[in-house]
Amino acid sequence: MAAPKIEVKYTQFTLPNGLRVILHEDHSVPMVSVNMWYHVGSARERTGRTGFAHLFEHLMFMGSGHVQPGQFDEWLEAAGGDNNGSTENDRTNYWINVPSNSLELALFLESDRMGYLLDTMTPKTVDAQRDVVKNERRQSYENRPYGQADITLGEMLYPEGHPYHWPVIGYMPDLTAASYDDVVAFFKTYYAPGNASLVVAGDIETANARSLVEKWFGDVKPGASVEPMTMPGVALAGVQKKTVTDKVQLPRLSLAWLTPPHLAPADAALDIVADMLAGGKNSRLYKRLVYDMQIAQSVSAGQNSQALSSYFLIEATPRPGHTVDELQKVIDEEITRLQNDAPSQHEMERSFNQIEASFYNRMERVGGFGGKADQLNAYYTQTGDPDWFNEDLGRYRPLSATDVQAAAAQYLPLGRRVELVVMPEGSK
Amino acid sequence: MMTRRFVLATALAGLTAVLSAQQAPDRTHPPQPGPPPALTLPTIQKRQLSNGLPVWMVEMHKVPVVQVNLLVFSGTADDPAGKFGVASLTTAMLEEGAGARSALEIADAVDFLGADLGAGTSIDASAVRLHVPVARLAGALPIMADVALRPTFPKDELERLRRERLTNLLQARDDPPTIAALAFSRILYGPAHRYGTAMLGTGATIAAFTPDDLRAFYAATFRPANTALLVVGDVAPDHVMPLLESSFGSWTAQTGAAAHATLPAAPEPARREIYLVDKPDAAQSQVRIGWIGVPRSTPDYFPIQVMNTILGGSFSSRLNMNLREKHGYAYGAGSGFDMRASAGPFAASAGVQTDKTAESLKEFFNELNGILQPIPPDELARAKNYVALRFPGGFETTGDISRKLEDALVYHLPDTYFSQYVQSIQAVTAADVQRVAQKYIQPGRFVVLVVGDRKKIEPGIRALNLGAIKIPAFLYASREDHIVPWQTVYASTRLIGGDVTFVLGGSGHIAGVINPPAKQKRNHWVGDVRSDAGDWLTHARDVPGSWWPEWIAWLKPHAGAMVAAPKSPGNRRFAAIEAAPGRYVKAKAP
Repeated sequence: MAAPKIEVKYTQFTLPNGLRVILHEDHSVPMVSVNMWYHVGSARERTGRTGFAHLFEHLMFMGSGHVQPGQFDEWLEAAGGDNNGSTENDRTNYWINVPSNSLELALFLESDRMGYLLDTMTPKTVDAQRDVVKNERRQSYENRPYGQADITLGEMLYPEGHPYHWPVIGYMPDLTAASYDDVVAFFKTYYAPGNASLVVAGDIETANARSLVEKWFGDVKPGASVEPMTMPGVALAGVQKKTVTDKVQLPRLSLAWLTPPHLAPADAALDIVADMLAGGKNSRLYKRLVYDMQIAQSVSAGQNSQALSSYFLIEATPRPGHTVDELQKVIDEEITRLQNDAPSQHEMERSFNQIEASFYNRMERVGGFGGKADQLNAYYTQTGDPDWFNEDLGRYRPLSATDVQAAAAQYLPLGRRVELVVMPEGSK
Repeated sequence: MMTRRFVLATALAGLTAVLSAQQAPDRTHPPQPGPPPALTLPTIQKRQLSNGLPVWMVEMHKVPVVQVNLLVFSGTADDPAGKFGVASLTTAMLEEGAGARSALEIADAVDFLGADLGAGTSIDASAVRLHVPVARLAGALPIMADVALRPTFPKDELERLRRERLTNLLQARDDPPTIAALAFSRILYGPAHRYGTAMLGTGATIAAFTPDDLRAFYAATFRPANTALLVVGDVAPDHVMPLLESSFGSWTAQTGAAAHATLPAAPEPARREIYLVDKPDAAQSQVRIGWIGVPRSTPDYFPIQVMNTILGGSFSSRLNMNLREKHGYAYGAGSGFDMRASAGPFAASAGVQTDKTAESLKEFFNELNGILQPIPPDELARAKNYVALRFPGGFETTGDISRKLEDALVYHLPDTYFSQYVQSIQAVTAADVQRVAQKYIQPGRFVVLVVGDRKKIEPGIRALNLGAIKIPAFLYASREDHIVPWQTVYASTRLIGGDVTFVLGGSGHIAGVINPPAKQKRNHWVGDVRSDAGDWLTHARDVPGSWWPEWIAWLKPHAGAMVAAPKSPGNRRFAAIEAAPGRYVKAKAP
């Protein structure tokens, strides 16, 4: 099968206040998605205020100058709409999905919080969402098996002071310390239209959608520009080793390496490396640990691509009666094998085909997290070109087996990595 | 190219923005919606293969992918008594060897095509599902057909999945929401009803399955008369029918009706009871409040959708606004009716911070009682619009549509169901909502389950006086005990309720209990609790050696962290007196 050619037609323009806008028509269902990215994430936080970008994301749903608390959700629900937002290290995104006849309501709400958030913000609002976010932390980390270890992993990979050192969810004392004044300063610094990009996609008519965007976002005042983040490269000096305990039945081994940032040359090759190691039953680690030897309950591998620095993570859970040391020995054998011998053409082709199919699958949905609107905004943010689908796909097929071998050899050294073990509480 | 397009667009935008800046938008009222967009539902084309297998097709030409599901109308609810988990294991095994292909060959062929192929079971149905780029459909269908029609159930693959599943059960003890889900079902339905046990089954059933068990279940359920094919995606029926015919048309297998289990009626609780599952040091308490709800066939389906949306089915629902937005006790709270062929559970649920557990329960009951009162018109209108207006958005992807078709087939929804859906919701009245709330929400009879740090939460919960409190129990009896007959101990399983484990040891009153595992003496029996002691013993598994390892395994997930034993007895205030067992043991009665 020929490599797919994906076409996502769009219109792009910039408002005088600096807001970049991308419009895309898809009339398959009578819905429209309004998708906003602010180019700020937890990496912009300062010491003592970790978790703030995410806490701020929560505040964006609490009303704005012309929207009383609670009305944001009530009005959208009355229109048959859904909405959500998410925060990562490098960005914060928001989406509203509505039936297409309520596009203007979505634009009104999205523009009002961009232009007038502080008009209704009070210390009480901050307190209320602080409690919610603390419970999000309890639910997603403290009360979740292996949740605390996921935080420890980031701390071990990135040195203190590096903006990826702390978790997006933040530390409890920092959440307690976050103040109303912090909210004002953060909004003024990072939530200006020039630091954001807006995608409106779905059942729209481009000219009409454009005039509605101009109508609702035209009065939002421009803000100061934000300098792009630059960070000196980071590297691990040797093996960083740690054992922590958790209330779990089985141990877990995490091996992690610092790897090149998203879209850097080796980034795509490392996606293939991950697939060779743990994508599917015939992948090297799954086949040996889970299928043949049956000493592991599960194994996963992934290149976690981020703007400043990525990390490659292998995780494995031993079956009862087996140890993380047994798993680590086999994992290291397989990494070494991939470093010494290029993978077969069959393995390469299998990976390419799966990656290409995944690009089709991403075309099926317009709204929500990971829909076409979100992807257009991601590509725009990362490359300046919203329709970067074919270029992204084009990163993979030209890779040779020796490229994949070389990426494994260069970026997964056994002597420079994080080795984190979670042991069940009370075990020896 | 990119840059030029960008600059050109900027110049144009400048002109129009000047115009709009002169007319700042009116933000005093939210913009009103335009006329509703036309709702065009996908057309379902119904055909048949030469063996009678029905085929439902929906064409979607947006993306060159296709979804093909072989849907079997038997699920975990059809597991025979004593074989809970057989449906789930049978479907999982389909991909582990089929036709002339081994498990690894199936996976390799599927992955090489960039396809997703999965076999799975839900409560009321099983399915083999394929999602594939349309250019690879012809290559993928024969593999799918092998998996669905010609599974070989290899013994060594069964052993592998068996160990994997036993480990899954072990890991389920780690996750409080999973613990809560399993315990809530067990409390409502009991161990004999299929809904009272995890879809995977129990440790005892998983340990016992043989390839013949799987073959028998497969033969009884995977047959053309109990199956339908669904095709959704970028294909024309005339093109795809010959492909389906060649892969599935000659499937004759067994004809006739498939075996279907009839689930016993499960009685609703008569009074409110509180169940605590201890999870020491938990940062949150997982709360489940409810009882047995309604089957999917309920005539009250639409009013229940609206009522539950108001109570806990949307972000602006009362439970979420109260527990999350007003009090900040939880990250989120909600409620839901799990509708199945038979009545599934209704539960209001949340993870709440440990030190606000009692306060949260109070707010739960405020809302559960509040929903019985008349609903304000604007809240009712909002809920109806939320459910009705987003309905068309649920037909966006091949996966979305195939799931809707599966529902229609499994639950025998009328042909007009989708086209009438919006009207059916809009027809719900305030009186309907109040009627179904009063019928299906009876807070005075609800089961309350809390999985959390018992030491910290129990006093507060007791003070609420909601009802009798029950906790998980481990019951031990010795078979030849002449003082406490084991059948009498067994009767306590009914009295205690909740999550009860019963273990019977060999020997008598003293020797049965005091039986150090290292000596490898005597034996014990284990098995899922049944209604009657004799019946239990018939089905129990005879295990050699001491019963103590069972007790230790039970304790592990219920206990806190291990602490080191003191190196020497006594401390500064209380000095050790003498070596064990102590002089009082040796004293002779005068």
